[in-house]
Amino acid sequence: MLRYVGKRLIATVLILLAVSFAVYAIFAILPFDPAALTCGKNCKDPGIIEANRIRLGYDVPFWTQYLIFLKGIFFGRSYGEGAALINCPAPSFGYSFQEHACVTDVIVKALPVTLSLAIGALIMWLILGVGLGVLAARFRGKTVDTASTLFVLIGTSLPTFLTGLLLIVFVVIKWHILPFPSGNYTPLTENPAAWLNTMFLPWVTLAFAYAALYTRFVRSSVIETYNEDFIRTARAKGLSEGKILGKHTLRAILAPITTMAGLDFAGLLGGAILTESIFNLPGLGRISLGAVLDYDLPVIVATTLLAAAIVVVMNLIVDLLYAFIDPRVRV
Amino acid sequence: MSLLTVKNLDVAFQTPDGDVHAVNEISFDVAKGETLAIVGESGSGKTVTNLALMGLLSKSTTKISGTAQFDSSLGSVNLLDLPNEDLRKIRGKEISMIFQDPMSSLHPFYSIGDQIVEAHQIHNEVDKKVSLARAIELLDMVGIPDAATRVKSFPHQFSGGMRQRVMIAMALVNNPSLLIADEPTTALDVTVQAQIFKLLTDLQKDLKMAIILITHDLGVVAGVSDRVNVMYAGQIVETANVDTLYSTPLAPYTQGLLASVPRLDRPDTARLLAIPGQPPSMIGIHQGCEFAPRCTRTGEVNGNKCFSQRPELTKRGENHYARCFIGSGEQ
Repeated sequence: MLRYVGKRLIATVLILLAVSFAVYAIFAILPFDPAALTCGKNCKDPGIIEANRIRLGYDVPFWTQYLIFLKGIFFGRSYGEGAALINCPAPSFGYSFQEHACVTDVIVKALPVTLSLAIGALIMWLILGVGLGVLAARFRGKTVDTASTLFVLIGTSLPTFLTGLLLIVFVVIKWHILPFPSGNYTPLTENPAAWLNTMFLPWVTLAFAYAALYTRFVRSSVIETYNEDFIRTARAKGLSEGKILGKHTLRAILAPITTMAGLDFAGLLGGAILTESIFNLPGLGRISLGAVLDYDLPVIVATTLLAAAIVVVMNLIVDLLYAFIDPRVRV
Repeated sequence: MSLLTVKNLDVAFQTPDGDVHAVNEISFDVAKGETLAIVGESGSGKTVTNLALMGLLSKSTTKISGTAQFDSSLGSVNLLDLPNEDLRKIRGKEISMIFQDPMSSLHPFYSIGDQIVEAHQIHNEVDKKVSLARAIELLDMVGIPDAATRVKSFPHQFSGGMRQRVMIAMALVNNPSLLIADEPTTALDVTVQAQIFKLLTDLQKDLKMAIILITHDLGVVAGVSDRVNVMYAGQIVETANVDTLYSTPLAPYTQGLLASVPRLDRPDTARLLAIPGQPPSMIGIHQGCEFAPRCTRTGEVNGNKCFSQRPELTKRGENHYARCFIGSGEQ
């Protein structure tokens, strides 16, 4: 088992290295001059541009740039000297000339927002999706099943930006059920009520879309598992319907649900661009979007790398959980 | 007094194409401690008969009528109109079932010990340790070597034959008075088949339980059963003691079945005979004898009687009944 984890970790590092190179290379090829961008839109002074180029380290060849970037991740990096010295301690992903801050600081500030959003939404959609899916399968053809079909239809066809806007229009503006989300993220540790108020509608928006997918998946998985021979065996033993569902059927579909939830969660951690934009949440998604619009290369490289790392690591976690769930996979 | 008396059991599945009449007014009984074989080709209603007795058919799409008096510890009960709660107390405790495919009949995620303990716990309010000791005792009895260690193993760590032994151990954990074995060796090697049947007959002697053995293998029937019901198209076409049936089969279908079994006491130049044609569709109501279209002996009956009138099951000797006009006095 340890050997397997070790192997997977080495593979993870190699994958991330490849991703970092690919992203870095793409931006080196693009016809933008980061030094000129740093100077500002109306900057025409070649002297300032050259000075920027040297200060930000874009004057050396591509390979050297890339190696300096990698070195920064482990040992930190500093720009300029004297009074203008900027020091970005390890792990450093460079300096954002748009935000005027070390990229690591920018990300560390945004990460809790995205984490709050993703974890809250995950819990919400798992409860809703799995619950409704199981009920629909258990009472197949009854009212709750029909209702779940309708829910799935609406949830899968409404895009999140529409759901989010509808929620704001009705819940906040028309019905005054919740106050307007402030847009200033308040950490959970500072003010739980304000945190909940900011996060609740974004959670509902994301959970609505995902819960629909999970409802459909869980419903069909439960129905499929009901036809398995081992469920017939459980019935023939004299087990109650509740135990057949809870202990035997759900146990059997736990593995695929874990895979699905792990990957969806990883995707969201990379940043939920639409939801964060609608609700004005300063998370990773909004930062990536801003960086793309401003050609803020170091931030783009860092967020892309982070998103890739999350997906790869989450894959590893899911695989390890799998071994825990399914005895046939255990080594 | 017999253990189980089935009268006029009728099972029909509702499908979009019309009702499929899987079991047609059949009656039989099982005495304490005897082995009744139910023989017939695929689709003849053998399995459905027993699933109906166990209450394992979906109630929403199946129409079941008739009675099945079972001599249980609750007194004589009709299995077919017993409330679910009471039926669960009988299932797995007084009537157990083993299934055709041991590969898929055990839950892949629970250890075999857990699964046997569960079967014991449902019907006995005892400490888990007591159930575990019972599980080990049974695994030992069915011939799993090193049962105390193997009890922690998962189904995928056993071969097919061993898994069927586990299924048998699980079925016998509560000392049932009736064991229904639905093609218990169809998925297994011939050598393993012999072992499983030897095991079943040995255990039957020790535990004094009755067995209903469902099979399409007449070779198996000859070795292990006391009486035989031959089924065709949802009806019993012949029932007799096993020796009588093999020496003087009366229904042409039984004769055809026997002729299609290779015999060691005949010269190997003799060709094996197959019954021509296919079993009838079970949708709708047919006129005449269900077997008539495939029967080679309809010419021995006056006129078109085989195709216009349905023969009844009539007494031909002690414990010997057949459904055919030939020899019934109605020729």
